[in-house]
Amino acid sequence: MKVTRKDFLRIAAGSVVAAGTGTLVHALSGSAPATAATVGESKQRWGMVIDLRQCRQQGECDQCIRACHQTHNVPEVPNPAHEVKWIWNEPFAKVFPFQQSEYTRQADGGTLPVLCNHCASPSCVRVCPTKATWKRGDGIVMMDYHRCIGCRYCMAACPYGSRSFNYVDPRPHLRQVNPEVPTRSAGVVEKCDFCTARLAKGELPACVEACPQGAMVFGDLNDESSPVRQLLAERYSVQRQPHLGCGPSIFYLV
Amino acid sequence: MFDLALTGGRRYWSWVVFLLLLMGVGLFFYLQQLQHGLGITGLSRDVSWGIYIAQFTFFVGVAASAVMVVLPYYLHDVRQFGRITILGELLAIAAVTMCMLFIFVDMGQPTRVLNVLLHPTLHSLMFWDMVSLSGYLLINATVAYVMLNAEYKGVPAPGWIKPVILLSIPWAISIHTVTAFLYNGLPGRHLWFTAILAPRFLASAFAAGPALLILLCLLLRRLTSFDAGREAIGKLGVVVAYAMAANIFFLLLELFTALYSQVPDHIHAFEYLFFGLEGEAGLAPLMWGSVVLGVIALVALLVPRLRRNEKILATAAVLVFVSLWLEKGMGMIVGGFVPSPLGAVTPYAPTLPEWAIVAGIWATGGLLITFFYKIVVAVRAAN
Ligand code: SF4
Ligand code: SF4
Repeated sequence: MKVTRKDFLRIAAGSVVAAGTGTLVHALSGSAPATAATVGESKQRWGMVIDLRQCRQQGECDQCIRACHQTHNVPEVPNPAHEVKWIWNEPFAKVFPFQQSEYTRQADGGTLPVLCNHCASPSCVRVCPTKATWKRGDGIVMMDYHRCIGCRYCMAACPYGSRSFNYVDPRPHLRQVNPEVPTRSAGVVEKCDFCTARLAKGELPACVEACPQGAMVFGDLNDESSPVRQLLAERYSVQRQPHLGCGPSIFYLV
Repeated sequence: MFDLALTGGRRYWSWVVFLLLLMGVGLFFYLQQLQHGLGITGLSRDVSWGIYIAQFTFFVGVAASAVMVVLPYYLHDVRQFGRITILGELLAIAAVTMCMLFIFVDMGQPTRVLNVLLHPTLHSLMFWDMVSLSGYLLINATVAYVMLNAEYKGVPAPGWIKPVILLSIPWAISIHTVTAFLYNGLPGRHLWFTAILAPRFLASAFAAGPALLILLCLLLRRLTSFDAGREAIGKLGVVVAYAMAANIFFLLLELFTALYSQVPDHIHAFEYLFFGLEGEAGLAPLMWGSVVLGVIALVALLVPRLRRNEKILATAAVLVFVSLWLEKGMGMIVGGFVPSPLGAVTPYAPTLPEWAIVAGIWATGGLLITFFYKIVVAVRAAN
């Protein structure tokens, strides 16, 4: 896998978007501006910390979900079997099935948002036969909707259920279309892209911005002074299914 | 030589027309699927592979099982198989063709199929599956054509074909091993995450494939002048018996590991298969059916007195085939998706269009076998 990972890094090094995110890390952390080359060498690794205490205070809340799905033209397909979702709520017990017992209070811990973990060693990328899904130098796992053949191997490989397949044409199921983000066609897989388009403009991900509690914190996991690293240093955090070796970049403060 | 497939009586042509009709219906529904997307299947976000991929898996096994006649004949000089190696190789060609069709109809964007070649991805097992399957198709097509053509012309087969035949032996093992790797290298799919998945696949393949071959031989004897011979058919029965015993043994090994260790993920996978979860019976009736049929068949095959009775052998062959078809052609693959990574229990059943497309592909395989075996029978009859 070493070689292939390097391959992806090389692709990322040339990508303009990756260079754009360099500006953002500069803005967020105040560190020296990353050149395209250092971005390619994976100086950054984007990640997110979700503070469940903050999240729970908001009660039944779906603002991050709505913001994300509106931004990215995620369709509202009526048939639940054909559902497309990038970020959504799940009960604590389903997300962390082995972190609770009948005696602990997590058992009724409400719901929490789940999304693609932008894994350090993503099994979805490993299995894709066309490189339609790949990992950028800054850790973001991307999708190329024009290359994807719709084999759904990545869906079988993702141990988090983060991916959705367009079983039907998504376009009739869009309430309004954000012209800045392409709509998809039937027969391809999609998932959260950490708002790469917004990052390139120096903006934070839509979900992070939308959260009324500031429960979602985004930043560079490789930068010790970044807000995500500070939170991880101060508070106890968990990742989903860390034993599977995928290396999630999403952390939950419990 | 190929024109031999075009001469036949009324019965032959009615059969061919019947298969063509089935193919036509399958094609009709496939065009529907192209237009509306895979939404017309029973697949869902949670169960994202279904009968197409399961049938693909099953028929890779049928294809690989040609090795069970080729290996004894060429490596151990089991002469009784001399007349039927060609049947095995031709069956492999038809089965691999079916596999390719099953993969194709499963794709969300079939027009982009060439992306697999345009962007070869060595770390994807799907790439290697494509390489091994097309290689196997090529090998068997070459061998079958050269051998049959030599017989047709009444000349000895060229010497260079022997190494190609020998190559087909490890290659057959490889296609089913790589197919198992498609599944058992995935984190979080507990039913598949087992190192004996490849041996299990091979065992069930070496039972189901030869069982089908037994039935085809008996059918040829009844319908044509071609007789594989009692001894060859009997020997195939022994192969099926051993392979079926190994298959059931492997399943018991899996159950022991899951049930004795009590590791929840491993238990849930089998629990869903055999008992259902959260009130969803799911695949349980199917899996129990498979077990019952398999055990009855195994008993019949293991007792020599029963096995030698050709009627019983034929029945056992049908039971083995159906049992493994249920287990591997459905349960093994669909079961891998339940419960989902987030613990959801989502039922899956193929829809009518899905069944029609599957039937169309079976008919395609059936048509190939019909043409191939027709040629063999005609060539043999002429000599
Ligand atoms: S969460 Fe799933 S889809 Fe996202 S990077 Fe990890 S394996 Fe891939
Ligand atoms: S569905 Fe698309 S992204 Fe997923 S493995 Fe297949 S080609 Fe790659």
